Amino acid sequence: MNEKERPIVLPGEFLCQREGKKIGDNVYEEDGKVFSKVIGIPKITDSEVSVIALSGKYMPKVGDRVIGTIIGVEVAGWFVDINSPYVAFLPLGEAVEEFVDTSRVDISKYYDVNEVIFCRILKVAKNKIIQVTMHDLQAKKLVGGVIVKITPSKVPRVIGKGGSMINLIKNKTNCEILVGQNGVIWIKGKDKSKAIEAILLIEKESHIIGLTEKVEKMLSEEK
Amino acid sequence: MDSYVLELLEKGKRIDGRRLDEFRKIEIRENVVEKAEGSASVKIGETHVIAGVKMELGQPFPDSPDEGILVVNAEFTPLASPEFEPGPPGEDEIELARVVDRGIRESKCIELEKLCIKPGESVWCIFVDISILNHQGNLLDASALASLVALRNTRIPKVEDGKIIRGEYQGRLPVIFKPINVTVAKIKGNLLVDPNFEEEKVTEAKVSISVRDDDKICAIQKQGSKEILFEEIDKIIDLAIEKSKEIRKLVK
Amino acid sequence: MKRGEVKLLAEGKRIDGRKPEEMRNVEIKVDVISRSDGSAEVAFGRTRVLASVYGPRTLYPKYLQEHETGILRCRYSMAPFSVDERKSPAPDRRSIELSKVIRLALEPAIFLEDFPKTVVDVYLEVIEADGSTRVTGINASSLALALAGIPMRDLVCACSVGKIDNTLILDLNGKEDNYSEVDMAFAMMPGKGKITLLQMDGLVTKEELKKLIEMAKSACEKIYEMQKNALREKYKVSE
Repeated sequence: MNEKERPIVLPGEFLCQREGKKIGDNVYEEDGKVFSKVIGIPKITDSEVSVIALSGKYMPKVGDRVIGTIIGVEVAGWFVDINSPYVAFLPLGEAVEEFVDTSRVDISKYYDVNEVIFCRILKVAKNKIIQVTMHDLQAKKLVGGVIVKITPSKVPRVIGKGGSMINLIKNKTNCEILVGQNGVIWIKGKDKSKAIEAILLIEKESHIIGLTEKVEKMLSEEK
Repeated sequence: MDSYVLELLEKGKRIDGRRLDEFRKIEIRENVVEKAEGSASVKIGETHVIAGVKMELGQPFPDSPDEGILVVNAEFTPLASPEFEPGPPGEDEIELARVVDRGIRESKCIELEKLCIKPGESVWCIFVDISILNHQGNLLDASALASLVALRNTRIPKVEDGKIIRGEYQGRLPVIFKPINVTVAKIKGNLLVDPNFEEEKVTEAKVSISVRDDDKICAIQKQGSKEILFEEIDKIIDLAIEKSKEIRKLVK
Repeated sequence: MKRGEVKLLAEGKRIDGRKPEEMRNVEIKVDVISRSDGSAEVAFGRTRVLASVYGPRTLYPKYLQEHETGILRCRYSMAPFSVDERKSPAPDRRSIELSKVIRLALEPAIFLEDFPKTVVDVYLEVIEADGSTRVTGINASSLALALAGIPMRDLVCACSVGKIDNTLILDLNGKEDNYSEVDMAFAMMPGKGKITLLQMDGLVTKEELKKLIEMAKSACEKIYEMQKNALREKYKVSE
């Protein structure tokens, strides 16, 4: 069997000397040396050292687009479950264009509990208070369709290089598909079941070479 | 928003590609714990259960002075699922243990009268302890199967001067039948055998039936908050009897 | 049975045929619990322990949350059938102490400050107990934590050492655990050279203690390589 070893690093593994490089994600410095904090793929450039984690919960990052579920309606905003150990908050001002008199208006008319939204991470405060916003060209409420959750670290595989994998699925199934960086995927369309099966296949076999061909074959089968 | 399980079910498909009347792959390993007098590890798909049998000496119940005692206990270990919390047994754990117990007891598969040492004073107590190690649905069938296999390979320890000599044995536990538990779930009018974790989340009602080797039914438990129709019960019974035969072949 | 009644050492061989500094056969399996965030099974001879990690996850009730850091919770439990005489499923005093000791053996390795207000739960289940269950559990937990993506300074490795008939031994089995003159549980972060667990009971001289620690350190370095191999094996890309 032909085996190709990905150059992965383990927690505590030495990566490089610091030498003025920026400390990126999932690494730490000790005595001028940089080590990995997690199992992952190292990225060492002249200016920065970081590791892409191969597992772990979704940790919100500013700019990420995620799919969340409203879990609480407050006076001036909503609590959103973004599939992370941290709950996010969508402030009223980040969700609605017009002025809202919160003393008269029940804001659940805009977003209510259990509704699903595609939003962007606006702010991650030091104490992990997460804010999201709907003021984004792609942000919208998601109605109908189904949700599939995958391990967040496998999102790049579902998207593929330059979107190759996700576009393959979209084209072959004629579905509208939104992939959240937080591992939550929304699928809408008549032929959802094929898209669902494709995504479950990628999640299960993300480590194999030739996955794209396998997915293509599966999508082309008439069943 | 609808579950994607329902989406696939509309096309008659299950999320893991099975037919509606198909069990996941079953893996049975016997004698996995040497310290136990009998043990078994059962995997149904990714659901993983270990059952261990310990034999201890004890006093018989007053109304059955010459019969051994069977105790079945289950633990939903917090390892097995993010929703399992450490603590005393909850209603689901207790229900599972009691249903497994009924399947074994009512099938009369253990000859308890052969486990008497001194009538009214000393009998063998068979402790069956079920440890759920991974919860991917249908814990009941996996637990019942693991308990049965563990009992089938249980050896009775030697006793000297009223003390148990661990590691030395005087024969096997007399288990003369192989009752098999089959669970069928109802989702949107479909009857699915061996529901997995995702399917259980949208299951309306579930029926578990314990079937003995002669196709006699020894225990039934309906679970779930919705109702079952009469025609559905008939179909479920037939399914259970059919599937129990397949699974029984896997038990030595 | 009194100490000394069991012949633990005869002609340089232990009751299971091992030499004094010989470890039992070690088996490591990863990803054994699909529902968990990270899991591993480690066996030293017949001692077999499963570890399952959940987290980081939100910690309830809220008053337990730490604003600056996450917390680590650990639960060590023995299956009722894992020992000679059936053990009641309820936690006993020994399990409660071991839960704490194991937690403290793992904590120094974890960057708890990276996930404030949350909890990481480590659950251990002893499937079969033949001595040295806590150190076997620590080895399994360290792998489970790494697989769950919990940020760590290093993996944590652990082993037991002891003394019988004036001979220092490594990796005590059940009988040796009960009847040896000295037994010591030891854990460290081998890459950092830092000790995170040290428990001993018995009677030793300073020199013997130093030798025991040396023996444990050397064994942990071997276990470190085994852990790393198990993790790398999982991520080998195959066709």
